[in-house]
Amino acid sequence: MGTYLLKRLLAMVITLWLIVTLTFFLMHAIPGSPFNEERNTSEIVQQNLEAHYHLNEPLMVQYFLYLKSLVSLDFGPSITQPSQTVNDLLGRGFPISFELGMITLVIAVLSGIILGILAALRHNRIIDYMAMTFAVLGISIPNFVMATLLIQELAVNRGIFPVATWTSWHHMVLPTLALATGPMAIIARLTRSSMLEVLTQDYIRTARAKGLSPIKIVFKHALRNALLPVVTVLGTLAAGILTGTFVIEQIFAIPGMGKYFVESINQRDYPVIMGTTVFYSAFLILMLFLVDLAYGFLDPRIKLHKKEAK
Amino acid sequence: MNQVLSVQDLHVHFSTYGGEVKAVRGVSFDLHKGETLAIVGESGCGKSVTSQSIMRLIPSPPGKVTNGRILFKGKDLLNVTEPQMRKIRGADISMIFQDPMTALNPTLTIGEQIIEGILQHNDVSKKQARQKAIEMLTLVSIPNPEERLKQYPHQFSGGMRQRIVIAMSLVCEPDVIIADEPTTALDVTIQAQILELFKEIQQKTGVSIILITHDLGVVAQVADRIAVMYAGKIVEEGNRREIFYHPQHPYTQGLLKSVPRLDLDGEDLIPIPGSPPDLFSPPVGCPFVPRCEKAMEVCDRVYPAKTQLSNDHHVDCWLQDKRAKTMLSSISLTFR
Amino acid sequence: MGVPKHQEPNVTPDVLDEWFTPKKRNKDDAEAVVRPSLSYWQDAWKRLVKNKLAMLGFVFLIGLIVMAVIGPIISPHDVTKQTLSNQNLPPSGDHWFGTDDMGRDVFTRTWYGARISLFVGFMAALIDFVIGIVYGGVAGYKGGKTDNVMMRIVEILYGLPYLLVVILLMVVMGPGLLTIIVALTVTGWIGMARIVRGQVLQIKNYEFILASKTFGTKTARIIRKNLLPNTMGPIIVQMTLTVPSAIFAEAFLSFLGLGIQAPYASWGVMANDGLSTILSGYWWRLFFPALFISLTMFSFNVLGDGLQDALDPKLRR
Repeated sequence: MGTYLLKRLLAMVITLWLIVTLTFFLMHAIPGSPFNEERNTSEIVQQNLEAHYHLNEPLMVQYFLYLKSLVSLDFGPSITQPSQTVNDLLGRGFPISFELGMITLVIAVLSGIILGILAALRHNRIIDYMAMTFAVLGISIPNFVMATLLIQELAVNRGIFPVATWTSWHHMVLPTLALATGPMAIIARLTRSSMLEVLTQDYIRTARAKGLSPIKIVFKHALRNALLPVVTVLGTLAAGILTGTFVIEQIFAIPGMGKYFVESINQRDYPVIMGTTVFYSAFLILMLFLVDLAYGFLDPRIKLHKKEAK
Repeated sequence: MNQVLSVQDLHVHFSTYGGEVKAVRGVSFDLHKGETLAIVGESGCGKSVTSQSIMRLIPSPPGKVTNGRILFKGKDLLNVTEPQMRKIRGADISMIFQDPMTALNPTLTIGEQIIEGILQHNDVSKKQARQKAIEMLTLVSIPNPEERLKQYPHQFSGGMRQRIVIAMSLVCEPDVIIADEPTTALDVTIQAQILELFKEIQQKTGVSIILITHDLGVVAQVADRIAVMYAGKIVEEGNRREIFYHPQHPYTQGLLKSVPRLDLDGEDLIPIPGSPPDLFSPPVGCPFVPRCEKAMEVCDRVYPAKTQLSNDHHVDCWLQDKRAKTMLSSISLTFR
Repeated sequence: MGVPKHQEPNVTPDVLDEWFTPKKRNKDDAEAVVRPSLSYWQDAWKRLVKNKLAMLGFVFLIGLIVMAVIGPIISPHDVTKQTLSNQNLPPSGDHWFGTDDMGRDVFTRTWYGARISLFVGFMAALIDFVIGIVYGGVAGYKGGKTDNVMMRIVEILYGLPYLLVVILLMVVMGPGLLTIIVALTVTGWIGMARIVRGQVLQIKNYEFILASKTFGTKTARIIRKNLLPNTMGPIIVQMTLTVPSAIFAEAFLSFLGLGIQAPYASWGVMANDGLSTILSGYWWRLFFPALFISLTMFSFNVLGDGLQDALDPKLRR
């Protein structure tokens, strides 16, 4: 388990470094960016930029100083809102986005797994077909389309749910639903196919030959093995949910980090774009790493990689 | 009679994409207390399906038992309810499968897997179950059982895993063990050890064993009686002596001839040419006709009558008919 | 001499004496193959056709491609022509899908959007395919150290958040068709590379490859004639599933304002425009692009699923 973790940690650090470097050099490569030449920026802004990014130093020095500032978790100032820094925006917006994302993840995982198990156990019967059709739809309808559909039907036409912002649990329903359908569908399909495959395995036959009840076989023997592939996919799913928050927050006017990010993109607030991208990447990479860790714990073959059989 | 299990006229069909496969076509045999019955045949002859039908482990679509009775302890296993069958599986009749590498759940310790079998059928405490598990592992010669209980399947070699599977099957002291090709996936040396283990266990506990295999060498070591299966039917059955020294069915004779022997220097291997018939529309007559040197017209038209050669030995072959013997003595045949 | 049909077991027919003569036969009777076997592709095609959902998707996609080509041609309206007096008209006989806020015909723009989406999708899949096959093929075939290094690189690249990289590139390179395609393919090939490598590794050691090698066949020929036909299955499936994710990415980007720019139309752009007017009740402006995005992705997905089932050798009869 030790070497496994170490390898993943190393990969994680390298990927992070890669993204930071990429972001840095890309930002400097954009023609007309405040990093390169004079832009129509006010005095204050220019001063901020120079102070933070050391624009008068040679490029490589800028780079290393930048790395240093990141390590101390300082993500930079904003151009369009000179009194704000990226850290300020993160502080305000990220908790909201995190809440949105987490709730979505929990809903998607729980309902996806349950749906997948049901479909697998009632293979080729009505529940299976219904569940899988629902799943394909869920995968095919992009979250922003789903969001608009939900708004149109449930908010505008029927007024069941409010259209925007994030103040009470009422407001949470539509956005999380829109964001969760895609991942839920993916998890449902994966759980189902994984479960179906596990159920044909020899060790399930052994369990039946021992006279174990079907419930025990499904929950004690099959599920553990079937869920392993689902765990591996959680990382990418989390990434998808995160990028999904960009649009969902836009649509529902939720003051989360995603909304600020999209705004900064539209306004070409390069430092904010840069800082936020780095932050998001670090977060995602951390998530992937946590998932790998979890997988390492769950699969005994990896857990005990070091201890050899006699 | 000290019959423990009696299979009578079993027919099993599978509905598949290409049609209906008649995998088992009227199989009958008895298993006596304390004996080892070997069911021998090529892949596809129906031996595994037969054994799994006894345990009712055949998935019900696409498979179904279309006829027959399986008598065990006064009940017809094909007629009991599923919950009743579950009580029997693992407790009265146990089964061991071919591939030890995949027979155990990789995410549970072997201790959990053995103990759950005990707890399923016995009202004992976990501690007692654990004791029994250790006892069983010792019986199958796994060293250091207390430690090993906490380990996972991938930490054991193939031979050891098969021993664990055997231990699991014995844990509730069943009356019958069905072993489906238990040594096929193992090295020859390990194979010998496992077969020895079977003999030991049988001596100690008096359990009756059905051993499924395609390997006559295995059969020679452990079987008391042998049933030869071909294309879904038992074509010959007898005790070990009779089958090995006086085989009557051309298929049995062919099987015996095709076993490579180290003592016959320089002789060519004599395989049986051809392959088994298509079980979608099985032939009316004897299924072995296309590959039988001595086939006659009658063999195609009518399925051979059963000839009882002695108390212990019967065969389904037209060559046993006296008309065939007359014919044979007057003509000499060459196939090649 | 034919074999009679299966009789009832209890009937014992009379057995005639004269039947006890040796059976006449041809030398080759014993080795006769009993059932004709289909080739892998024939079997797969048969199975695919039986899958109604997949066929539905397939038909829709054909229809889509046809409309993408002839749609703008048969439409009486021009794609970019703005007629402000025709702003926001609901669907009618004149404008089948209505008009947008610049008076442009939504029907025509939808098919233009189709062209762009399909183009982006196919291009992304194609480029991913080429890069992936080369990278994965080399890694798998060479094995050993080369493979190790190449896979480490992939592992690291895999950690890069796809959409973030895409957004970054879009910001830097400026919006446009080329940018989108480049951005999508920059990390998209990894999935394909992994699959190809996996396939190659599996097959490399199959006996018929060794047999080929012992005959002295050159490596390139081995790859072409032996490896490729067998690895095609998962590769085709992967390609079919790459297209919808590329289409989705394009729509997503356009929706964020990073994609295709006016006056051209992509479904994402149209959906974005449509969204902002949803409260004003101009539902057709959002509905049609959203509908087509969803249907297209749906069709590719079911087709991909169908292909996967059809090409799975384990399910072969």
